[in-house]
Parts: sequence; structure tokens; C-alpha cells
Amino acid sequence: MGEAGGVTLDADLRLDRPGGFRLDLRLRVAPGEVVTLLGPNGAGKSTTLRAIAGLAPLTGGRISMSSQDWDVPPRRFTPPRDRGVGVVFQEYRLFPHMSVRENVAFGLRARGVDRHAARRRADEWLDVVGLRDHSGHRPHRLSGGQAQRAALARALATTPEVLLLDEPLAALDVSTRARVRAELSRHLARFGGATLLVSHDPLDAMTLADRLVIVEDGREVQSGTPVEVATRPRTDYVARLVGLNLLGGNATGDSVDLAGGGRLVPADPVRGPVWLAFPPSAVVLHATEPHGSARNHWPVTVTGIEQHGNTVRLHLEGRPTVLADVTPAAVAELRLAPGTALWAAVKATEIRAYPAEPGEGGMAGGAG
Amino acid sequence: MTTRRVRRRIPVLLLVPALLGLAVLVVPLAGLLVETPWTRLWPRLASAEVWPALRLSLWCATLATGICLVLGVPLAWLLARADVPGRSLLRALVTVPLVLPPVVGGVALLLVFGRRGLIGQYLDAWFGVSLPFTTAGVVVAEAFVAMPFLVVAVEGALRAADPRFEEAAETLGASGWYTFRRVTLPSVAPAVLAGTVLCWARALGEFGATITFAGNFPGETTTMPLAVYLALESDPEAAIVLSVVLLTVSVAVLAGMRDRWVRRAA
Amino acid sequence: MRSAIRCLVAAVFLLSACAAPSADSGGRITVFAAASLTEGFGELGELFEAANPGVTVEFAFAGSSTLAAQIRSGAPADVFAAASPVHLTTLVDAGLATAPAAFATNRLQIAVPPDNPAGISGLADLSDPDVVLAVCDPLVPCGAATETVFEIAGIAPEPDTRERDVKAVLTKVRLGEVDAGLVYRTDVHAAAGDVTGIEFPESAEAVNVYPIATLTDAPDPVTAAAFVDFVRSQTGRDVLAEAGFGTP
Repeated sequence: MGEAGGVTLDADLRLDRPGGFRLDLRLRVAPGEVVTLLGPNGAGKSTTLRAIAGLAPLTGGRISMSSQDWDVPPRRFTPPRDRGVGVVFQEYRLFPHMSVRENVAFGLRARGVDRHAARRRADEWLDVVGLRDHSGHRPHRLSGGQAQRAALARALATTPEVLLLDEPLAALDVSTRARVRAELSRHLARFGGATLLVSHDPLDAMTLADRLVIVEDGREVQSGTPVEVATRPRTDYVARLVGLNLLGGNATGDSVDLAGGGRLVPADPVRGPVWLAFPPSAVVLHATEPHGSARNHWPVTVTGIEQHGNTVRLHLEGRPTVLADVTPAAVAELRLAPGTALWAAVKATEIRAYPAEPGEGGMAGGAG
Repeated sequence: MTTRRVRRRIPVLLLVPALLGLAVLVVPLAGLLVETPWTRLWPRLASAEVWPALRLSLWCATLATGICLVLGVPLAWLLARADVPGRSLLRALVTVPLVLPPVVGGVALLLVFGRRGLIGQYLDAWFGVSLPFTTAGVVVAEAFVAMPFLVVAVEGALRAADPRFEEAAETLGASGWYTFRRVTLPSVAPAVLAGTVLCWARALGEFGATITFAGNFPGETTTMPLAVYLALESDPEAAIVLSVVLLTVSVAVLAGMRDRWVRRAA
Repeated sequence: MRSAIRCLVAAVFLLSACAAPSADSGGRITVFAAASLTEGFGELGELFEAANPGVTVEFAFAGSSTLAAQIRSGAPADVFAAASPVHLTTLVDAGLATAPAAFATNRLQIAVPPDNPAGISGLADLSDPDVVLAVCDPLVPCGAATETVFEIAGIAPEPDTRERDVKAVLTKVRLGEVDAGLVYRTDVHAAAGDVTGIEFPESAEAVNVYPIATLTDAPDPVTAAAFVDFVRSQTGRDVLAEAGFGTP
């Protein structure tokens, strides 16, 4: 429904909470764009949504939609009902005493649309999300995926300029998640307004976002397209999410001195402060010091072994400390156990090197 | 396949006091029924001035409950949700009629709404309205005594209610009043109903404040409890008959209402 | 748990200690008296205690019918002074009281607020429908007396309220809620200036006689009999006259 498009959400969010938590985040979401906030629990993602919805007033900064100010403390505060926002809450919050149709019609009725018109439009939205057959049911009779669609229809029925989704897939079980994700993606693509979505699941975030904003401790630590973020993580948190070893260091000549000690040689020529990233599967293990093609090899000690899908993930302490994925056969062959001393090797061509952004001082050590 | 019903044993430490509690409530009632002159019941009912008093009682209790709903539910909301200064003091004040002897409540009402009362003198002088010795006075006295039951029940539920649904309503563009009416109130409906039942029952049995504030005149202010009390002075048997009638009617009404609600809730 | 049980046991003992009549203290009597006797009897009790060192008199004041009902249910009283013969007669018939003797009389007065807003001067003025009037309910003694005087006067006033007892009528007059109320002389006396009493001749036709008697099951029949004699003595009559009662 593209009728609400055309305005950009511009937010400079500053919010101090009594517990000492501080949110300081700058966001711009263009019409038709889906921005996903990705971050660990407690990073301030939900607080960001609540601030934009008007449920948590800012203590500083500004939220505006095009030229209209929503929250400029201490001068101006537009209450939630007067902001053109639609919210899909994590636990959906469908009114339990109303039918699905009444839930979807609620926003229209609250804005003075007469009963029949509101019902008709609610039914249209239920058609869109494929819930027309359930319009008379109470929300408790819906499955998780259906409830999510009903919540989405309820939020969209008021034709908001901004759509806010808080962990829209978190309440679903794995079997329905993929299907609901695809459906949600389709609905978001049709929505003409600005969409801000919150998730702590990298897969959800990567598949639903046009742009990702990674939030840690109330601040943005990285942003970019899903591909950029997935291939060039800049924090340990992101590296873990996308499953890469991330090492910071300083490039001199053709080798990189790592911040945590040790030295690696990437294939790409680089200079100055850099990040090096490579998948755990690129780490090759040898019982004795290898003498061959691999220029990057160093002694390590096994500190942890865990099953990870079909492979075994090893925590290897050394200079640098890294994660390695090996086959169960290799574990048996090398008689791996915590404390086992080995040699790790990585081919230079497996290492992606990219400049660390200026001002990013704290170099991360080994991932994991 | 047969379902085996496993009966859980009730702990004795719960069962014994529970049965004693039941006895405390029910045995006096049984005493009343034993003393009831069943053979002379019908002629007594036919001759006594039971019906005007009963009609008045039901009418006044219902009206008073209506007033309590209209005023008490918003008051409960205020106490539960609004950010008012001195809220704990307000909360204590609301429950004062619960601890105040009803007769004292009646005197207090006279001092305020009486002919020479703080407000009553102006009601009388400006509008020619006088509450004492009128049916309206009965309703006021009953509402005064019964309202705390409703307020306490609803306030507790409101405080326990999940405010997240109200947030959701707000983001959907609902005003405070619309949210209250469509979201908050339905979510505490069981407590409102329970409070209403308590309130009605209390109003129906109200005696002290009523006789003090509204006086006693058959057909106008003589409700069943007043009739019972006065009959007790001269004719205890009549008093028992009146009590049994009051009991029967109130139990029938309360049980009927509960049935309807249970069915609706299911 | 154990301490809770101990507390419970202690509480039960305390309760039973309170409930048990202290029969050994020779000279403690309980007098059940009609509410209208409150003022006169209080003073009489003090005088009686002063004249009989070691003797204590405890009073329970309430409506005569309430007290009669309590005695029928076995309340441990020694003396019963009622506001009308009927309440004692039933107890005598039931073998619960000895032969009663009349010791005081009381008669009705019209009580009006001090400013007498309706300008009441006699019984006939009460027929005016604009006069807000409180009377006792016909089911209680003062109400029966009220009906009698109205009948004798040949008037049929329409009261606005029929109160449960004479004190309630007095309260309504005191608060100015009614223009007039029919109460006993002693009540006007007790109100000490808060209300004005207006005598009317018809009250002589409905004189209330107060009987007194010791009770058959009196825990202390000797002291009880002494108290009854004291009430009927000259001193007793003087004190009661002071409170507004008449002599039978």
C-alpha cells in the first residue's frame, strides 16, 4: 500500500534511563526502505522503537518525519496516537477480547471511521494477509504465524507513514519461521512507508533488511547493506553473528601485525589499520609444524570442543586465538582434546582484509 | 480408552479451617431457617408489608449500584493508573466507609447533605432539594456504604492488568477514553462484575446509614433491613419471615447473575 | 507452628477469662436498663456504690426489647429496668423475672430546634403538612405512645420518618433535619438546651410507666434486691425526678 510514502524518518535519539543505560543513535529511514536494527539483547533496540512510537519520550535529540517534529525535548512531544506509526509488537498484543476483524478495525474505529467502513477495510487487509477465514475468531485461536500476520494487518490498516516491527519472528517456532519470514518480506516490499525492524537474529535481519544498523550498548557500531555487514564485520559481535574469525591489526609491508599478538599475511595488499576476516572452516590443523605452501601457520592449544551442525568447532588459543571448524574424522585422527597442542594454518587467499574505519581504536582480538 | 480421574488429596491443614469457615458462615443461616415458622409463612407473607419494602430494597440497591459503577470505576482507574499526588492517602480515604460504623456514616451524610448540612443547605435553598427522608436519600446512603467494595475490587484488577495492550491501542490512534472503553475496561470486566455483585449485596443489606440519613417511612425509605429491624422490636417471627424473604431474593439474584456470567465467559 | 498453637491456646484462655462471670467477688451486679434511663441510672449507680462499699454496679443500656431478648437468651443480668411493662411481663410469664414494681413515669414532649423554625406551639401544629416531623415507629414504645396522643388529640399528622428509637428522633431534631419530633421529657432534659421541649396536655393520657425487677437467675440476688429497693427509695425518686422522670 504505497499511499503513505514520501516522507523520511529522521531521528537523533538520545535517551537516558535511570539504570545508567544511555541510548545515542542516529537513524534515517527513507520511504520504502527497510532498516533493521540488529544487536544483542539489552542493546537498546526496543527502546529505539518505543521512542519512535512515542511510548518512551526522549531525553535529548529529536525525532521528525520530514518537516514535522514528533519529539524535541523539552519543547515538543507528539503523543503516539497522533504519530503516523504502526507497530507490530514482539508478542503481537492482539486484543484478546476482540475478534481478529475487530482487532484490525480497531485503529480505524479509534480514528472515527464508521463501523461498516472500518469492517470493510479490515476485511480487505485480512484478505491481503490471508486471514479472511479467521476474521471472526478470537486471537487465541490463531497460530503464531497467523497472529503475526493479524498484528501486521492491524498496524497497516491505519496506513501509517512509519512501520515499526519489534522482533516480528521471535515468537515463532523454527518450522514456520522461514515461511512467515518470506511472507513478511513480501508485505514489507509492498509497504511504501519507512520500515524499521528490530531483531537479534542475523538470518531474519539479513533477509528482511535493505540496510542493517548494528547496535551495541545503545550505539551504532556498524551499518551497511546485509552483504557489506556479512562480509566485512567490524565488531566481535557481528563477526560471531556472521560466523567469521575477525582479527584487528596494523599492516606493514605485506604482513599484518595483529593487535592480540601474532602476524598474518593476507593475499590482498593493505596498509595501516585493518580488519582481517576468515571463516573457521579455512583453518587447517596439523599435528606438527607444516612445511609447505601455507605461509600463515602458528602453534595453538585446544581449549574447547563443541559439536556445531555436522562439523566440530574448536577453540584454539594461540597468537592469534581463532575458531576452527573440522570434521569429526579429523578430531578422531588428531586425537583432539582440550590441551592438545597443534599447528594452525590459513591460506592467504582465504583471508579478507579491509581497512578499519578511522576513529575505531579498540582493536578486537581473536573471535570467539 | 477410559480416563482415570485421580482425586488429589486435600491437605488436612487446609480442609479443617475451610470447613470451620464454612460453618461460621452457614450455621447462623441454618439457625434462621430452623426458626422460620414455615406453616404460617404464606399468610404472613400475604398480610405483611413485605412487598413494598422488598420492591424498594431491590430498586434502591440497583440504583445505588448504578451510581457506584458510574462513579466508582473511574475512581478506581484514577487510583490505579493516574499519577496523582497523595495517592496512598486517597486510597485509604476511599476505604473509610468500610471501617466507619454505618450509623456514623449516616450522621456524616446528614451533616453534609442534611437540611442544614454543608452542601444540603444550598441544595435546599437554591433548588428546594432535600435528601433526608426521601428515597433518593436511601440511594445516596447505600451508594456511600457500598462504593468502596466496587472501587477496591476494580482498582486491584486495574493495577494487575497488563498495560501493554493500552500501549498497543495508543499506537493505533486511540484516545485515552477510547482505550479505556475498548481495551482497559473489557480486560477488567470480571473484576467489575465481581465488584458490582459485592456492591449490590452490600447496598441491599444496608441498614445503619440508611436509617440514620434517610429515616424510616413505609413505601418511601423503609427498605427490607429497616423493616426487619423494626419488626424485631415487637414481633421476632415477622422479622425472621422478612429476613428469609430478603435472603431468598438476594441469593436467587446473585446465583442467577453468576450463572449468566459464567456462561458468557465460557 | 508450635508457637502459633501456644498463642491460640493463650487467646482461648484469655477469652474464657473475660467471659466467665466473676461470681466470687461478692457484690457485683449487672443492671439491664432501658436506653432512656441512661442519665438517671448512671448517677444512681454511683450513689449505690458509695453507700455500699465493695459493691460494683455495671449497666447495659439498650432498647427494652433488645434487652428482654438477651435475657431470654440467658444473658447474666441481675436487674432489668424496662421502659414499658410489656417487656417485663413476658419475662415474668416465662419465669425469668420476679414480680415487677413501677418506679418512674415518663411522658412525651414536642422537641423542636432552639430557633423553632416552624413556629410549633402545640400538638395541633404538627398536622401542617409543611412541618417536617419525626416520630418513633409504632412498633417501639415511644411510637405507640405517639399514636395514642395523636388519637386523643383527634389529629392525623403525616410524619416524614418513623425512627427506630426515641434517641434517633432526638438526633434528627438536634441536627435541625426536622422541625419537630415527639420524644420523652427526659430526652429533652438530657439534650440540655440543644432542643426546646414543648409540653402538651394530651401527653398525660399516654404516660409511660417504667417497671423494675430482679431476675430469677440473678448471679447475686441479694445485691440485686438492694439495688431495686434503692431505686424505689426517696433518694432514687429524687435523682430520677432531676433527670425529668415522674413518679408513678
